Amino acid sequence: MEGALDRNIPRKTWMGLLAKAPEGRVAALLDATTARPGFTWLRAPEIGSAMIRGRAGGTGAPFNLGEVTVTRCALTLESGEIGHAYIQGRRKADAEAAAVVDALMQTEAADKLRQSVLEPLASEMTEAKSERAAKAAATKVDFFTMVRGED
Amino acid sequence: MYVAVKGGERAIENAHAWLAEERRGNTDIAELSIAQIREQLKLAVNRVMAEGSLYDPDLAALAIKQARGDLIEAIFLIRAYRTTLPRFGTSRPVDTAAMACDRRISATFKDLPGGQILGPTFDYTHRLLDFKLAADGEIPDAPLREPEPGDVPHVTEFLNREGLIEDAPNDETPPPDLTREPLEMPADRALRLQALTRADEGFALGLAYSTQRGYARNHAFVGELRIGTVPVEMEIPELGFAIEIGEVTLTECETVNQFTGSKTEPAQFTRGYGLVFGQTERKAISMALVDRALRWEELGEDFEGAPAQDAEFVLYHADNIQATGFLEHIKLPHYVDFQSELELVRKLRREAEASQLQEAAE
Repeated sequence: MEGALDRNIPRKTWMGLLAKAPEGRVAALLDATTARPGFTWLRAPEIGSAMIRGRAGGTGAPFNLGEVTVTRCALTLESGEIGHAYIQGRRKADAEAAAVVDALMQTEAADKLRQSVLEPLASEMTEAKSERAAKAAATKVDFFTMVRGED
Repeated sequence: MYVAVKGGERAIENAHAWLAEERRGNTDIAELSIAQIREQLKLAVNRVMAEGSLYDPDLAALAIKQARGDLIEAIFLIRAYRTTLPRFGTSRPVDTAAMACDRRISATFKDLPGGQILGPTFDYTHRLLDFKLAADGEIPDAPLREPEPGDVPHVTEFLNREGLIEDAPNDETPPPDLTREPLEMPADRALRLQALTRADEGFALGLAYSTQRGYARNHAFVGELRIGTVPVEMEIPELGFAIEIGEVTLTECETVNQFTGSKTEPAQFTRGYGLVFGQTERKAISMALVDRALRWEELGEDFEGAPAQDAEFVLYHADNIQATGFLEHIKLPHYVDFQSELELVRKLRREAEASQLQEAAE
C-alpha cells in the first residue's frame, strides 16, 4: 500500500489513525523509524472519559449513550512543535507515542513518518477491516425462489 | 438509645481473605487472564460495558474476574470506577448509517440493498451442547467473500421515501444527562433512551415481552438490526477541529410499529429505537420495544395502564445498580431499627394481654 496516503494528509486524519491504532503499534513503528526527540510535557498523559452520543432513530435528536475511556496528553518538542493525542482506552505510553508522531508530522520528518508510521498503520487497519467485512459478506443470505411444480 | 457497635473488623478482613481464595478456586486449575475473559467471554464483557455505561473491554473483563462472574457486581465496579474519571468532552453523535456491519438483518424486507448479513449469530444453531468445546478443539477459519463496497443504508430510509413511516428529523437539542442531573419526570425521549441503554437487560427484556403479550399493544417488527463498529469523533477545543478518538462496537435496533393514525397524523408506521454498546442484540431489541411503548403520549395514543407505558415505573426501576443497592442494603445491620420494632411489638402484646386479663377479671 505504498503511497496510499496523500502527501498533504490532513492533521485530523493522522490523529484519527494514531488514536485507532492497536496497543503498542504506534510506538513500535515510531521507534523503528527514528530516535525520539526531546520534549517537555504541556499536559502529562491523563486518563478520563468522553460521553458518546447517539441519535434517536439513528437520525433524530441526540441522546447520551454512555462513556468511553480516553487518554490524552500534549507535549512540546525541543524544536517548538506541539503534539497532541486523544486516544481511546487507558494507554499512557500509546498517547505519548501518538503525540510525538503528531508533533514530528509538523517538522521536516513528516514525509518519513508518513511513509513508515502512518501508511503501515493505515494499511494494517484497512486489512483488518476488509477481513472482517469479508467474513460478514460470507454470511450474506442468497435467497432463491423454489420453482413451484404446478401447470 | 443509640448504641454504636464495633468489633466486626477482624471478621470482615477474614471474610475478604476467604473471598479472594474462593475467587481463585482450585489452584491446580490455570488462572483466567483478563485477555481470556475479554476475548472469549465477549458477550459478558459487552453487557458489563453497556450497563456499566463505560466502553472499555479490558476494564469490563477485570470487573468480571473480580466479581467472580457476577455481572451485576461487575457493572457496579465499572459504575464506581466511571465516577472517578474526569470527562474530557462529548462525542459528535455517532453515524450508525456508516457502520461497518458484522451483522445486519431485517424482518420486514427480504430483498434490500446491502442484503441480509447474518454475522456471528446464535440464530439457527440447534441449542445442543457442543461437547467439542469441552476438549481443546481447533476451529476452522471462517469463510470469506468479497464484500459490496459502500455503506449499508438504513431500512427505514426506504419506507421514509414513501412517507409511510414517521420521520426522525435531525435536531441538535443538547440532551439531558442522567449522570450529571438526577433523573426527573417528565423525562423526554433523549433521557429515556439514555436510561434504557444502560438499563438491566433482564428488566428491559421482561417489559418488552409484556408489550408483545398485549400490555400496551404495539405490534413490533424488527425493521432492522445491525451490529458493527462506528468511529467516535470528538471536537478538541485546543485544536479547533474534531478528530476520531477511537472506535466502538454497537448494536442498533429499529422497530417498525403499527399506527392507525390520530387526529393530526395519517396512518403510518411508527418507530422504536434501541442502541447499545457491544454485540447486545437481545437488549437492543428490548430497548426499542420499551422505547416505543413509552412514546404513547407524544403519538397521541391512550394510556392503557400497562407497566411498559409508565415512564416513572420503567425508568425508576430499570437501573440494576440502584435496584441492587436498595435491595441488598436490607441485609446489612439494622439492629437499632429492628430493636425499636421489637419494643413496639412487645408493648402491643403486653397491652393486649393486660386488657384480656382485665376483661377476664371483670
